[in-house]
Amino acid sequence: MDRMQILLLLAMALFALGLIGVIVRRNLLVMLMCMELMLNGVNLSLVTFAQQTGTSAGAVLVFLIFVVAAAEIAIAIPIVLVLVHQRRTLDADAYMDLNG
Amino acid sequence: MINSFLANLDTALLYVFALSAFAGAALMLVLRHPMQVAMALISTMVFLGGIYGLLGVHFIAAFQVLIYVSAVMVFMVYVIMLLDVRDVSFTHRFSRWLFPGIAFGTLLFAALGYGLVLGIDRLATTSVSFGLAQFSAAFLSEYWLQFELTSVLLVAAVVAALAVIKGSRRRDRG
Repeated sequence: MDRMQILLLLAMALFALGLIGVIVRRNLLVMLMCMELMLNGVNLSLVTFAQQTGTSAGAVLVFLIFVVAAAEIAIAIPIVLVLVHQRRTLDADAYMDLNG
Repeated sequence: MINSFLANLDTALLYVFALSAFAGAALMLVLRHPMQVAMALISTMVFLGGIYGLLGVHFIAAFQVLIYVSAVMVFMVYVIMLLDVRDVSFTHRFSRWLFPGIAFGTLLFAALGYGLVLGIDRLATTSVSFGLAQFSAAFLSEYWLQFELTSVLLVAAVVAALAVIKGSRRRDRG
């Protein structure tokens, strides 16, 4: 296996682990961090492909993902703060009445 | 012998960084306290920054550390310290979706790996590296619209965060 395959395999593993974390963990903040892990896996695959093909489109997309991740955290953290302020818990199961 | 070792040093470092990043990501699933999870995520991000540096995209490595580790994770650590709630999510780490979640994630990984094995021959191996100058020219000449759209997204996120906080305050008062 060469380096690119190792890196793509790592990117897949990071994405899958992040997805498992979002499904499996109960803590809201840990779920948010697992979403960040998924974004990191996608970033790694984009950088690997950009490096392999020698084009800069992948790197541009990585920059835009950085901004989207910052925006995601900026909007997710106030929501978590408001939720915790109302129910005094970080347990995702305590907010079951939010599903539609 | 030392020359061959030095020639393969970057490949060895790449493997070490990849293994460490994977170990950090795996630790995130099992650690109990959110602060420990945040530390594992930070180590994974730093190792990914090292991988980007080894690949030759130094500016992305710098931004990985500057934006992800400095801005996003410092914010996250701050919120973890602010909300030190020892509740049921602290004593019981996993939801009732533990086994379906692990099965689904493993299935996804297997499907992606199968796709990688199928597409290995079609991967072009040019590996022509691009520099910061080429990236900057492409960024501001071809992708300026996407750049502006992301800045609009950032403004929208800030306004939305203010709206969330204000809405909850109004509900508290009323």
